Amino acid sequence: MYIYDKFDQSLVDARVEEFRDQAARRLAGTLTEEQFRPLRLMNGLYLQLHAYMLRVAIPYGTLSGKQMRMLGHIASKYDKDYGHFTTRQNIQYNWIKLEECADLLADLASVEMHAIQTSGNCIRNISSDQYAGVSADEVADPRPWAELLRQWSSFHPEFTYLPRKFKIAVIASKEDRAAMRLHDIGLELVERDGRIGARVFVGGGMGRTPMVAPEIRDFIAEDEIISYVEAALRVYNRYGRRDNKYKARIKILVHEMGADEYRRQVEEEFAHMKTLGLDPPIAELNRIRAHFADPAYETGLSDDIDRSDPDFALWMDQNVAPHKQPGYAIATISLKPVGGIPGDASSAQIELMADLATRYSMDELRVTHAQNIVLPYVKKVDLYAVWQELNGAGLAPANLDLITDIIACPGLDYCSLANARSIPVAQKIARRFTDNGKEKAIGELKLKISGCINACGHHHAGHIGILGVDRKGTENYQLLLGGSGAEDASLGTITGPGFDEDGIVDAIEKVTDLYLAQREGGERFLDTYRRLGMAPFKEVIYG
Amino acid sequence: MGDVLSFRSGVTVTETPVALADFLGASNATAVRIEPGEDVRALLSSLDRIALVEVAFPAFGDGRGYSAARILRESGYAGELRAAGDIGVDQLIAYTRCGFDSFAPDSPLDRALVETTLNRFADVYQKTVDGRRPVWAKRHEGTIHA
Repeated sequence: MYIYDKFDQSLVDARVEEFRDQAARRLAGTLTEEQFRPLRLMNGLYLQLHAYMLRVAIPYGTLSGKQMRMLGHIASKYDKDYGHFTTRQNIQYNWIKLEECADLLADLASVEMHAIQTSGNCIRNISSDQYAGVSADEVADPRPWAELLRQWSSFHPEFTYLPRKFKIAVIASKEDRAAMRLHDIGLELVERDGRIGARVFVGGGMGRTPMVAPEIRDFIAEDEIISYVEAALRVYNRYGRRDNKYKARIKILVHEMGADEYRRQVEEEFAHMKTLGLDPPIAELNRIRAHFADPAYETGLSDDIDRSDPDFALWMDQNVAPHKQPGYAIATISLKPVGGIPGDASSAQIELMADLATRYSMDELRVTHAQNIVLPYVKKVDLYAVWQELNGAGLAPANLDLITDIIACPGLDYCSLANARSIPVAQKIARRFTDNGKEKAIGELKLKISGCINACGHHHAGHIGILGVDRKGTENYQLLLGGSGAEDASLGTITGPGFDEDGIVDAIEKVTDLYLAQREGGERFLDTYRRLGMAPFKEVIYG
Repeated sequence: MGDVLSFRSGVTVTETPVALADFLGASNATAVRIEPGEDVRALLSSLDRIALVEVAFPAFGDGRGYSAARILRESGYAGELRAAGDIGVDQLIAYTRCGFDSFAPDSPLDRALVETTLNRFADVYQKTVDGRRPVWAKRHEGTIHA
């Protein structure tokens, strides 16, 4: 994985001191809250319902054991002994004191981490495929480009006060595990005539006006990606709407201007940019690429796995994915125990995962946008030992991509924007589908819950989505069907009138029962819904 | 409006800038003011007669002026480029990196803090218009020119 050089380290260290100074000015009263707000947001610090919340960047979701250990240490030193992994592959702490924040950032900097641009109207953490570098179906490991973009976007002077936040994802597989087309810019690396480059999608997003990004460029060469993205951002910075924050995302600009006109303007700007020498040379890309070279795999390892423990076999079947290297596997640690908070992990759990990475996974972990953790390099012969340790720590739910592997935002329990609670609903659904024993039979079903229309829980992209709203002072939940954040990206459709907390759980059981009765062949819930359409599902819920 | 803070060698332009529309008309003015939302490229054909472009920042969170400044410098404008309005010390690095070299802040800036701020970051990640070599160029010193 990427290791900082003296330049990276000095920039991050300088940022810590800059923030220390800004926080001191705020505490002394020389900065007003209004002036401080955008500054703290650009360091990931939010003022929430109960306290400050700090969001720490985990660039493209990749972490070393040492970095993960530090995240556990921070949870115990500065928070209430836990952290929350987010849908953008980051981690959030909910109980941070402003007075301690600079020290926390200094602790992060000591392990080459930061909270730069994890909020604010700027370019956010670059996200990517959690299986980058280890899945057999990728054109190349997408992370060198993600790292190149991380550096380019850090402190970018022109794009610090954009109309709205800006999210970029980079993938390199046909199978999209990163919801690439639901980003402001999605880059899909492809190979054409022996050259690597990217397909560029612009203007996707969730929020109140969800959109799947249209393709803006069919191919941009790997060493021109920076200047092309720079051109795409400049058109947005100049012409994106600033009169209404709900219409300020680039998806609205692309939609209102039209993809063709937006493309034309970007191409014009790109032609100009190309004269300026803004792209790092291929030597720099190669320097970064070397950091992501394959680790020293052992060869001659057995592919046999002793499945005699039935609980282990269940976990194997659900949470372990094939690895490109013989003898190895990709293991996903589900942070979705029944009754738990999706994405939460205690300090002890975080430290255990760090430890397992060091001992069994080449000292590396990944965070997924579905709020789980991946051990990307586990020898098959070690899987049982890994599972036993996870199981002993409550980290072995065998539910990856099943109905209880729920994405949920923090909701009204923590968030000052939320209209409804998300966590208790997630817990009730998980309990229902564990008790009724249908989870396994239903198979892949991506269920996503947002506590307000800002859609942090990705409800538009759920095979089943839930949107919490406030209806005359009471929490009400709308049901959506048919969304997908994968390569077959689509947006869910609202079934009809909403439900109370118990009603939404009943409604989900009804639609999944219909699926179980109607499915053909190997259809997933999503496939059956697409084949049958909304009508029969509506009938079974409201009829 | 407070005093002009300048990082240019030589004197600052004292002429009051005229609005873009007036400048593009029959004006003989050599100083022009750009509001957010106005297309700075309208000036590109007259850069040789401009001594000052003042870019308005009615609110510091409206970042259109950063693009305006960078476009002017990318197009060869070498005259005074002034950011005017809601200018805070914490935006100074971004302003200077985009080519601004003088400032007319609504409220005066603490000079000591200005110094500390502008010297805080020894390195930069991007090539812009301020002549600073980005770290990717320093990393490959001798092999590439940037």
